Amino acid sequence: MKELKLMKGNEALAEAAIRSGCDAYFGYPITPQSEVLEYLSTYAEQRTGMLVLQAESEVAAINMIYGAGGTGKRVMISSSSPGISLMQEGISYIACAEIPCVIVNVVRGGPGLGTIQPSQGDYFQAVKGGGHGDYKLIVLAPSTVQEMADFVPRAFELAFKYRNPVMILTDGALGQMMEKVELFEPIPRKTNIEPWATVGKPKTRERNILTSLHIEPDKMEQINLHLQAKYKTIQGNEIEYETYKCDDADVILTAYGLVARICKKSADLAREKGIKVGVFRPITLFPFPYKQLSKLSGKIKGILDVEMNAGQMVEDVRLAVEGKIPVEFHGRMGGIVPAPDEILQKIVRMDFFREEKFAGELI
Amino acid sequence: MNERTMLIEEENICIQENLVYEKPKTLLDTPMHYCPGCAHGVVHRLLAEAIDELGIQEDTIGVAPVGCSVFAYNYLDIDMQEAAHGRASAVATGIKRVLPDKYVFSYQGDGDLAAIGTGETLHTCNRGENILIVFINNGIYGMTGGQMAPTTLEGMKTTTTPFGRNVSLMGHPLKITDLIAQLPGVYYATRVAVNTPGNVRKAKKAILKSFQYQKEKKGLCFIEVVSNCPSNWKMTPLESNKWLEENMFPFYPLGDLKSPDGKSIKAAKGE
Repeated sequence: MKELKLMKGNEALAEAAIRSGCDAYFGYPITPQSEVLEYLSTYAEQRTGMLVLQAESEVAAINMIYGAGGTGKRVMISSSSPGISLMQEGISYIACAEIPCVIVNVVRGGPGLGTIQPSQGDYFQAVKGGGHGDYKLIVLAPSTVQEMADFVPRAFELAFKYRNPVMILTDGALGQMMEKVELFEPIPRKTNIEPWATVGKPKTRERNILTSLHIEPDKMEQINLHLQAKYKTIQGNEIEYETYKCDDADVILTAYGLVARICKKSADLAREKGIKVGVFRPITLFPFPYKQLSKLSGKIKGILDVEMNAGQMVEDVRLAVEGKIPVEFHGRMGGIVPAPDEILQKIVRMDFFREEKFAGELI
Repeated sequence: MNERTMLIEEENICIQENLVYEKPKTLLDTPMHYCPGCAHGVVHRLLAEAIDELGIQEDTIGVAPVGCSVFAYNYLDIDMQEAAHGRASAVATGIKRVLPDKYVFSYQGDGDLAAIGTGETLHTCNRGENILIVFINNGIYGMTGGQMAPTTLEGMKTTTTPFGRNVSLMGHPLKITDLIAQLPGVYYATRVAVNTPGNVRKAKKAILKSFQYQKEKKGLCFIEVVSNCPSNWKMTPLESNKWLEENMFPFYPLGDLKSPDGKSIKAAKGE
């Protein structure tokens, strides 16, 4: 039977971790994601025997993830922007040692201590590497509380399929707001032992070493080539995106996460005024749907990219359309969430739009 | 004795019943990268001997640090993880918490454990993680070429204290084992050395005891090995051992700092 609940995004995510058969969670309190640690501390151990440990810092927590994840268990960690910054060293090591894990960033406004209000200011950090060296996380961007839950088992699946860290990139508003969630059936905890895991070496195999250190350049280049080949496979296989009223659109709004939802409302408002606006929402931020967006751009007059930052994903949007059509940007920062009519006002004021004399009577 | 009889005698030495010394099974054949006279090789061997004698090779997972012993996993025939600088005890915590019945140890130097990793060290000890921490204290950053470590003695010359460690500028050498011995989560804390056969035997006993305590789930065991670093101390191995005895031991006295029988603490008081 389907279980319906009214939950905060952070709670839905934590509940989903328990239901995903997660073996261990390590965390450290930080607003606006502390509910994840609190929820798991309250329910996880008694429900499935899942381990929950509050570490002394985000630095320690991500290294506990390295250790526990290295045993082939399902492990998860969550934090918010400043805490995720602290974890970057560990994430780089995890990516190179190819340890599967799920990392949740409930993003708040920055830079620095910033604000506890929602932001998308960590797109570059999540999608372009974040720590040192050439590596990629698989990045999933939920836009509803429902997806906060549903993306957790998906993230575990991808993490183990590719032996790669997966980030769920969400924000303080999605973490804090309450919505109806349909909870999925619990998945049993893992019993199989991964062939690469460090669990103690039986006589039947060579020892397993998890390391990111390969001091000979030839070897290290091979490791890098292997990682790049893996990322290419992921780019080929795992792209997810959503389109909203794009079929007949003249203008497309590109946005991810919470902002994509707001943009749908803006598109509806625009259509009431006779402007054909659609929304293109990448669900996987890496791999980014370059080809899909490029294809779409052949049919439209221009793109307005909307984000809660100074313009980060817009760089990927521009890479996708390769200058074929104008791409403009609207961003709010510091914890401000753009309103649907604010975006509409931006649409009708766009340069390419004015040139087309679409909107003369609308302003 | 002619050449022929010598050969025969060597062959005799190699027959099983004449063997007095052999490579532990858990120690691999890989030639070690450690400098001549360095203590790391001896401590690796002791770990391998202990693992063999306890029959726990299949159930032991080690964590190597950043520092000279970064390649520890090249020498021990067990599953191992390589941790980021200072984080070995957090990594070991992660492993042990999900595999509580396995034997887990971290192997760390002074810079790793007592400078960049102080936070992880203290909290791992304070949580009483049921692991063994082996701490090699040679008072210097070996791998990076002999810079000041948290444990560098007052007045000791390093590449970053070319005029000797001035404690008013650089702080005092950190007796981290004394510090963690105060924590209730620590079951056994001891300071050993491997500069003489007698000390090697004591060090091995400490390792054997620690794995036994881990089996009994007693809590954290911490073994500081006060060591030399001939290359970066710019001494011959013999000179370095002499310097170790004359300078390191008075400041880092050998002995138990916390032991289950309560008879410890001579060393902690520096008596």
